[in-house]
Amino acid sequence: MKDNVVLTMRGICMTFPGVKALQDVDLTLYKGEIHALMGENGAGKSTLIKCLTGINNFEAGEIRLDGIDGPIRNHSTLDAQKKGISTVYQEVNLCPNLSVAENLYIGREPLTKFHTIDRKAMVEGAKRIMADLDFDIDVTQNLENYSLALQQMIAIARAVDMDCKVLILDEPTSSLDDNEVEKLFGLMRRLRDEGVSIVFVTHFLEQVYAVCDRITVLRNGQLVGEYPIAELPRVKLVAAMMGKDFDDLADIKPEGGADLSNAEMMIDAKGLSHKGTIKPFDLEIRKGEVVGLTGLLGSGRSELARAIYGADKAQTGTLKVKGQEVKINAPIDAMNLGMGLLPDDRKAEGIIADLSVRENIILALQAKRGMGHLLSRAEQEKLADEYIETLQIKTASKETLIKQLSGGNQQKVILARWLATDPDFLILDEPTRGIDVGTKTEIQKLVIQLAQEGKSIMFISSEIEEMLRTCNRLAVLRDGAKIGELDGELTQEQVMAAIAGGGDSE
Amino acid sequence: MSRIRKITQMKLFLPVFCMILVMLINVIADVAMGKVPWSFFTISIKNGLLYGRIIDVLNRGSEVAILAIGMTLVVSASAGTDISVGSVMSLCACFCCMLLAGYGVSSTTSFAMPLIVGVLGCLLMGVLCGAFNGTLVAYLNVQPMVATLILYSAARAIGLLFCNNLIVYIRVPTSGLSIGYDIFGGYIGPIPTPIIIAAVCVAVMTIVLKKTAFGLSVQSVGINRKASRIAGLNSQRLILLCYIICGLCAGIAGLVASSRITSADANNIGLNYEMDAILAVALGGNSLGGGKFNLAGSIIGAYTIQAITTTMYNMGVSSAQAPVFKGIIVIIIVVIQAPPFKEFLAKQRAKRQQASGKEAASV
Repeated sequence: MKDNVVLTMRGICMTFPGVKALQDVDLTLYKGEIHALMGENGAGKSTLIKCLTGINNFEAGEIRLDGIDGPIRNHSTLDAQKKGISTVYQEVNLCPNLSVAENLYIGREPLTKFHTIDRKAMVEGAKRIMADLDFDIDVTQNLENYSLALQQMIAIARAVDMDCKVLILDEPTSSLDDNEVEKLFGLMRRLRDEGVSIVFVTHFLEQVYAVCDRITVLRNGQLVGEYPIAELPRVKLVAAMMGKDFDDLADIKPEGGADLSNAEMMIDAKGLSHKGTIKPFDLEIRKGEVVGLTGLLGSGRSELARAIYGADKAQTGTLKVKGQEVKINAPIDAMNLGMGLLPDDRKAEGIIADLSVRENIILALQAKRGMGHLLSRAEQEKLADEYIETLQIKTASKETLIKQLSGGNQQKVILARWLATDPDFLILDEPTRGIDVGTKTEIQKLVIQLAQEGKSIMFISSEIEEMLRTCNRLAVLRDGAKIGELDGELTQEQVMAAIAGGGDSE
Repeated sequence: MSRIRKITQMKLFLPVFCMILVMLINVIADVAMGKVPWSFFTISIKNGLLYGRIIDVLNRGSEVAILAIGMTLVVSASAGTDISVGSVMSLCACFCCMLLAGYGVSSTTSFAMPLIVGVLGCLLMGVLCGAFNGTLVAYLNVQPMVATLILYSAARAIGLLFCNNLIVYIRVPTSGLSIGYDIFGGYIGPIPTPIIIAAVCVAVMTIVLKKTAFGLSVQSVGINRKASRIAGLNSQRLILLCYIICGLCAGIAGLVASSRITSADANNIGLNYEMDAILAVALGGNSLGGGKFNLAGSIIGAYTIQAITTTMYNMGVSSAQAPVFKGIIVIIIVVIQAPPFKEFLAKQRAKRQQASGKEAASV
């Protein structure tokens, strides 16, 4: 069966202004396989897929599809669908306020002889489709009544019913829980056995190994290689994606670590609170320490940090910075005390989308200096160049608008903004969310390096593993209150037990 | 080809293009009427004063150009417009004339107070109005349109109160070294004073934008207020400042407009000017959704509007019908600048290129 090639893409090239998005990329897809398309953010995965589905107009190369003579070029997704190439995106592209049956038949409704929609036939057909896939749901219910996972499967069912030969799943699992992912995988395997070829784009390594047959790896818009899954163990895959040998992540933390219990006190909060978001808490952070905040989403992790920084003004309690009691009314006060906050919602509170990378980098430093003391253009460019270089920000130029950068690179720009102010105490709220493995490691290393330089860091992350790697000490939060601290050698299980509330460990 | 594209992609291309378009219409109309083609641009000196249609455009367009400075900032920072500027112009003019003539006096031939007091009072009133608007928008989160609607309807009436419901005339002419009230709308040497005042305002603002981080801060707040606050900018104070500058601009424009007629005509000074000011900002290629701004574009936009009006009068369109033609020209200019239209043009261009590329390949 493997000799049966369904789709070949050869020598695909695509340029965006200033960036070579794809250079000479190949992709081969066999009948009845699940093929993972892997790469870091900005490697060109989405661009390649958009070339296939007709959203991008590629410049060179050819695409051949089994059953069609000569190279094909799609001009729209509809075009691609007609040739049997369907795509299901991370966000479900169906209409939530229409019924499941209507969604399945949008644009190809069965008609009666009076050319009205034959609702009966539609519902019957929908029932048959869902039954074929072993889903027992009421197809007359509105789509919005079903979970996101089911909606995604309905989107897949729709694609499959339209005689699709090639099914592209672009990050379908990002918003699903483990159970739902397992269901989706079941469906994928079944479709594979029925002869559908699936291209699977994901960030999650374990999912690749759970369900895929072969892997194509891209890096910086170029093809790294195509491998059968058995020949590419996880470490090698990461190495291929990053283009360097995979550092053992566990090793980044310095052995033993210096004893910081006598170091200068940086932050000393007593009874700080913000009504409705965080109950009164005490927290001490010393110079050179990395303190992690852990807890479930919504447990008050970000809110605690925001109360210290003045993003949400603390209503009770006292705060001492370097031994001095201070009053923080707005973020600028905190900045003048040497603080910085990288917010968790990059889009809403981090980037200034329509400004350039340079302007985004200098913004905080400029605000700190005051409006009358404009950084000269030369100083601005020097700073921008310096941080683009040291943080390896991938951007066409320093004048590129930040919104044109990939998520991980946007995050690096915001990080650069704070490093430029030379802070003594830096709060990093989910600095690694939604960014690829390589950048994650770089950011973790940077955190440890900053701490060694004597800066204090507050690190917030949903990934316990990452916190264990970087933090000296963890503060545990639950339901808007700080419930304890953990230090010493910890395991994930211990931390999770503390979060879950097995017993308050101090 | 690539050079043409470089020029068309420049930020100021469209405002300048529109300006040239209006001038071209003048040239064609002049030729049609049997005049020399360049009569729009001819400048002569009559009775020791500069004279010519282009001087007229610069002179008459001064008020809108001054207003456009403040409006550009307000639009950028708060993604809303200040629709009170026309009324505030009137209020400032009335306040100024009341100070200079004395309350209840309808006509005077000598100043009741030194001229400088009247001028400063006028500007102060503008600043106060701006501060009022700005406080509502920045600190109370009132929609800019609603917040400025208050003074839009009230300011004129307050002005009438200052003038005791009269039209106050200040008949103090400039003669020799003694400066009269007509100076701001009249001439200094051969040059119309409004042109000088507008030029000074533009120059001051340009220097502020070049030498301080004001421009960057305003744009940053306009694009993402929350993120700007986290990065240490005082978003509320910046928005307030923009409204104050806008009010100050309205005060200056009110002084000029009042000086032109040497009186405070509360019902007519600055009537509908807010709309011209907003239009100038839009014609300048600035998004009314806030964020990035381009001051030069707004200024060119302001003079374009005046050029259209002057063109209409020159072509003998009666002042009653002129708005119809103004509307038509504005529609054309706005459509040319609309993103979907630009995309359409870009697609057409790409098609043509592809076609010529194929031809080249086949040869």
